[in-house]
Amino acid sequence: MTTAPSTMARTWRPSARLRGVIAAAVALVLAYIIIALGAHEQAADQFSNALTKGAMYALIALGYTMVYGIIELINFAHGEVFMCGTVVTWWLMQTFNITGTIGDPLQLIGFLLLCFVVAMGSMGLLGVVIERFAYRRLRNAPRLAPLITAIGVSFILQNIVFVGVSNSILTVPRVMPNTRIGIGPVVISQINLFVIILAALMMIGLHLFVGRTRLGRAMRSTAIDREAAQLMGVDINTTIALTFFIGSALAGAAGVAQMVYPGGAATKFDLGFQAGLKAFTAAVLGGIGNTTGAALGGFVIGFIEVIADVYGYSNWSEAIVFGTLVVVLVFRPTGILGQRLGDRA
Amino acid sequence: MSGAATVRRTASAGRPGGFRGLRSRILNFNAQHQSMGSIIGLAVIGAVLPVIVLFPPFNGFGTQKDWVGGFADAGVFVLLAVGLNVVVGFAGLLDLGYAAFFAIGAYTFAFGASGNTGVHIPFWFMLPIGALVAAMFGLLLGSPTLRLRGDYLAIVTLGFGEIVPIVFKNGGQITGGPNGLTGLDQPNAYGLAGIHGFGFTNPWPYYITILVIIAFAFVILHRLQDSRLGRAWVAIREDELAAASMGINTVTTKLLAFAIGASTAGLAGVFAASKLSLVSSDQFVFQVSFTVLAMVVLGGMGSIWSVAAGAFIIYEIQTQGLAQLDTFVRGLNLPPFALGPFVIDLSTFEFANIKYLLYGLTLVLMMLFRPEGLFPSRQRRRELHFAEELAVDEGDGESLEAVSAGSLGEVPGADEVFSEGADPSENGQ
Repeated sequence: MTTAPSTMARTWRPSARLRGVIAAAVALVLAYIIIALGAHEQAADQFSNALTKGAMYALIALGYTMVYGIIELINFAHGEVFMCGTVVTWWLMQTFNITGTIGDPLQLIGFLLLCFVVAMGSMGLLGVVIERFAYRRLRNAPRLAPLITAIGVSFILQNIVFVGVSNSILTVPRVMPNTRIGIGPVVISQINLFVIILAALMMIGLHLFVGRTRLGRAMRSTAIDREAAQLMGVDINTTIALTFFIGSALAGAAGVAQMVYPGGAATKFDLGFQAGLKAFTAAVLGGIGNTTGAALGGFVIGFIEVIADVYGYSNWSEAIVFGTLVVVLVFRPTGILGQRLGDRA
Repeated sequence: MSGAATVRRTASAGRPGGFRGLRSRILNFNAQHQSMGSIIGLAVIGAVLPVIVLFPPFNGFGTQKDWVGGFADAGVFVLLAVGLNVVVGFAGLLDLGYAAFFAIGAYTFAFGASGNTGVHIPFWFMLPIGALVAAMFGLLLGSPTLRLRGDYLAIVTLGFGEIVPIVFKNGGQITGGPNGLTGLDQPNAYGLAGIHGFGFTNPWPYYITILVIIAFAFVILHRLQDSRLGRAWVAIREDELAAASMGINTVTTKLLAFAIGASTAGLAGVFAASKLSLVSSDQFVFQVSFTVLAMVVLGGMGSIWSVAAGAFIIYEIQTQGLAQLDTFVRGLNLPPFALGPFVIDLSTFEFANIKYLLYGLTLVLMMLFRPEGLFPSRQRRRELHFAEELAVDEGDGESLEAVSAGSLGEVPGADEVFSEGADPSENGQ
């Protein structure tokens, strides 16, 4: 790092963080060029689409990675939590009789705030309930057991929405005006910018929470060694429940974003399966258990998907994403950033 | 293998006569002659099922022909379940993309025996070919991924299970795209045993064929289960590190489980494709893998007969039970009522819509309360409840006479394990 002995030749070596930023900038420029070659004049739009999609996948991926980090469980039901978040948003829009764009900025902000509070709160609670009833009893069971329950929960949630809400696509009007904002040479739609900034704020908030607060420390210590943490006075059950709450709330936020964002603005009972699988791929890509990695992986998946679209392989985008997952798992199972990987089979 | 290892029970029952004596004698025979037991057992079940449906209430739900055709379809799922059981139940690897191998078997048949390619290989040769091709893909998927930890494997197989239908769907002319391929060949019996004409109107030859295929799979899998390989699978399932240190090549062993599971799905795929005479990518979506997993879990992971029973029950509930429930509930003429935010009108409600809810509940509740399944093998049950038995000293006393007979110092389940010739290490988790 930066503490090279002064006697050595003074070659400039940037810090790890700076190197990360440089690598990200280079990757973004490369991605932009690749998109521009395929999309020509729509390049800027597609680029911001990729960032928006990436932000959404990142939000979902954070839930996977946090849960995996703390109890080493692939929470298959997490994608369904995201789907339920979209359905809650849809329901709010129905209840408040939203039929078009909300012109008044104050009303718009108020309504969006309401959406986020309700969706995040309810999804967080849903996550806690799932953990309490489906996973807690199996914490010391063979690994296969909670995985199978997780799949079961995922299908239960899907089927409840299928029967209780609708079996077809639920669309919503675009609540936010799609004004374009110019930031220097880049023109980006207001909605995309909103989603990206929101996701970034949440990720920074999460980062600070996990790194700087007492509860965050409890989460980290539980992830490292559950029993030792318990001996040090950490309430394991509360900590794990909290992890589920935060992860699921972020999925709820992604659900609202999906319904606000013009490329989305629709949901269906089976939306969560594919989205969840992609977000999981993102989490693995970044290094599972690592929150920064999950965010990074989310953006990578967003770009992969948009690039596949741009070059006319949209039929194959799922196959490409899962192919990426297989390749990453086989050749670099720790992901791009991850080091934390136990070896319990 | 629910009947295995009942030697001791037979001895302690002490009453050779009556139903109990007969039952224990059958189970005892099955424990000692598993291959014969499979064949005779399936023959008896195969002969009894078409007779049962002639009697009420079953005859009200459909003609015997309909039922027999349905049983042949159920047989496909029985085959899939016993195949997945090798991977999940024996070797403890969670394969969530099992339908992919089913798809590969079916499409192999579509390529090898239809007018689409102009190749017409007889059905009977396509069976081993389909199994082989599926096994090859099992090896292909398994060889890089089986080194991964268990839950990563689940995800990779899930991804594979998604990719395969996408490939078939986007395959253009070769795979028929989203419409799939139609007009596949029907099997030809060459007048053997008086059977002419496999066809849509005559389900009997299909029924007999699937019974024979299942019996074949049962014999092979029972043999494998009690072989060195079968014990290696169980050892890996219980403790991979310990198994490796005992000299088991874990990667090869897991690969074999994967390949054998895949080849069973390949057989099922060939049969299903020829019976339907068409293949299309949406027959092999993730829900199929999930359903088969629910069948395995419901019946009891690790036991061939139990898993088959679970598959049969779930399939019949799905195709017959839920539809009959619709008719029954509609007959009651209940008024609509509100359940929380949902208004439920049972007169228009279709129970088939909630089948995945039921499967999901099955998975969750079974895992929470009865991880050994509805019809567990005694060995598996005691593995999963070992800790409780140690605490209480006596399990559920109604069936486990061996426990009450044993003293505290005795290792529970040791006698069964040895009488089966299985590895004693699998008991000590």
